[in-house]
Amino acid sequence: MKILIIGGGMGGTILANNLARRLHEELHSGKARITMLSASERHMYQPGLLYVAVGRMMPDELYRDQRRLLEPGIEFHVDPVAEFNLDQNEVRTEGGKTYAYDVLVIATGSRIFPDAIPGLAENAEFFYTEESAVHMFKRLQEFQGGRVVIAVGVPHKCPMAPLEITFMLHDYFKDRGILDKTQIHYTYPIGRTHSLENVAKWATPEFDRLGISYETLFNMKEVDGKGKVVRSEEGTEAPYDLLISIPAHKGMEVIEKNGLGQSGWIPTDRHRLNMEGRDNVFVLGDTTNLPISKAGSTAHFEADALAENLAALVKIGAPVRDYDGKVFCFIEAGKDRATYAMFTYQNPPSPKPPTKAVHWFKMAYNKLYWASARGLL
Amino acid sequence: MGEEKVKVVDATGSFCPGPLMELIARLKEAAVGDVLELLSSDKGSAADVPEWVNKVGHEMLGSAEKDGVWHIRVRKVK
Ligand SMILES: Cc1cc2nc3c(=O)[nH]c(=O)nc-3n(C[C@H](O)[C@H](O)[C@H](O)COP(=O)(O)OP(=O)(O)OC[C@H]3O[C@@H](n4cnc5c(N)ncnc54)[C@H](O)[C@@H]3O)c2cc1C
Repeated sequence: MKILIIGGGMGGTILANNLARRLHEELHSGKARITMLSASERHMYQPGLLYVAVGRMMPDELYRDQRRLLEPGIEFHVDPVAEFNLDQNEVRTEGGKTYAYDVLVIATGSRIFPDAIPGLAENAEFFYTEESAVHMFKRLQEFQGGRVVIAVGVPHKCPMAPLEITFMLHDYFKDRGILDKTQIHYTYPIGRTHSLENVAKWATPEFDRLGISYETLFNMKEVDGKGKVVRSEEGTEAPYDLLISIPAHKGMEVIEKNGLGQSGWIPTDRHRLNMEGRDNVFVLGDTTNLPISKAGSTAHFEADALAENLAALVKIGAPVRDYDGKVFCFIEAGKDRATYAMFTYQNPPSPKPPTKAVHWFKMAYNKLYWASARGLL
Repeated sequence: MGEEKVKVVDATGSFCPGPLMELIARLKEAAVGDVLELLSSDKGSAADVPEWVNKVGHEMLGSAEKDGVWHIRVRKVK
């Protein structure tokens, strides 16, 4: 059975390694074959960008060589897919090669799309790419006080990032001694400070305690760079001296171009993770259209379930379990305290008050991630 | 009205980002005049979806609960 994985990020890598361990014998005998096509020879630990933006991690700490993360036996090529020919069970790459498959897994991730909001790309600081995170840090260093607005688009990956960057900025300004000259103003698209009700119940009093102002039901409509103001769909305005934004995301362009899903989100079965209407095409991570968090942990738990099912498909010809919607997210509550939220389709989260211990666990996870990507955790 | 083609947004079991965020994202992709039917297993949606829809100026077409799932219909106006 030829298994072809598109994308060497969190989802694709964890799946490939988990599968290679389960199919050790079959890979050896030639009964199964795993091939991965990706767009980069490097693997980025994206959550680290949050720390780069406040000068607490260097960009080079975020990367590993992708080939070296993969189990032996996995064939790997840096040759991005340009065409998906699902009726023929094959893909064509930018390099002009054709790869046939029995089972296809798509895990091409998502990207920020600031261009959807007039004025946003030119006037806001971002931290969702290496370049923008470094740029943001340099802007922060020059900043001497004023009004900082955080503005959030929908959908976005890492649902905890809006809160985390806000708390981290608070501590950054405090350490710089300019907190008394700085007003942090947090905005959020829905009617509370976070999508998870229990997280909002904890975050709102934290904002009050720290003197962070907030405005809910705020969806960016346009940014006026001259007037230094963000206007919302809801008809309000937020004046700023420094605008920090998590723009709305899209899936990769190749997904939309090939008609696999509007805005690059592929219609996916929430339990089996197959692309709707296709039995031999599976989808992982950010690029699904599932109504759950676009997060590395989501990609990880989906990859675990899918690896078990694909291995079972090779061994007994049938899948063995459903993905239950599990997500686990750390929440940094400043520079030295953190908490976490865990939930499934059935069970809501109930985060505990932040502690130093959870923060140190997250710092350890920033390193342990590489073991997790190798399929060891 | 029942003849219109309705795009269903299944946000049952969604705690994060949650039904309203799902609706906001899908409305952005929709064309003016499209009707979306949001499915939510969160009873809070019955109040917070109309609040947002009215504030932004889209049109609420109705909301009904069936077997623990709220079906909320919204037309994109602008
Ligand atoms: C600032 C920031 C903070 C975050 N913090 C957290 C956090 O604390 N916790 C958490 O769980 N998640 C966090 N995330 C989110 C997490 O990084 C993503 O959700 C996760 O990486 C998604 O995995 P994925 O496999 O779907 O996509 P990705 O990891 O983005 O991988 C996509 C892969 O597809 C490849 N690709 C793209 N196009 C093609 C093509 N045409 N052909 C072949 N390959 C292609 C890319 O090269 C890449 O290897 C954060 C993200 C950011 C940006």
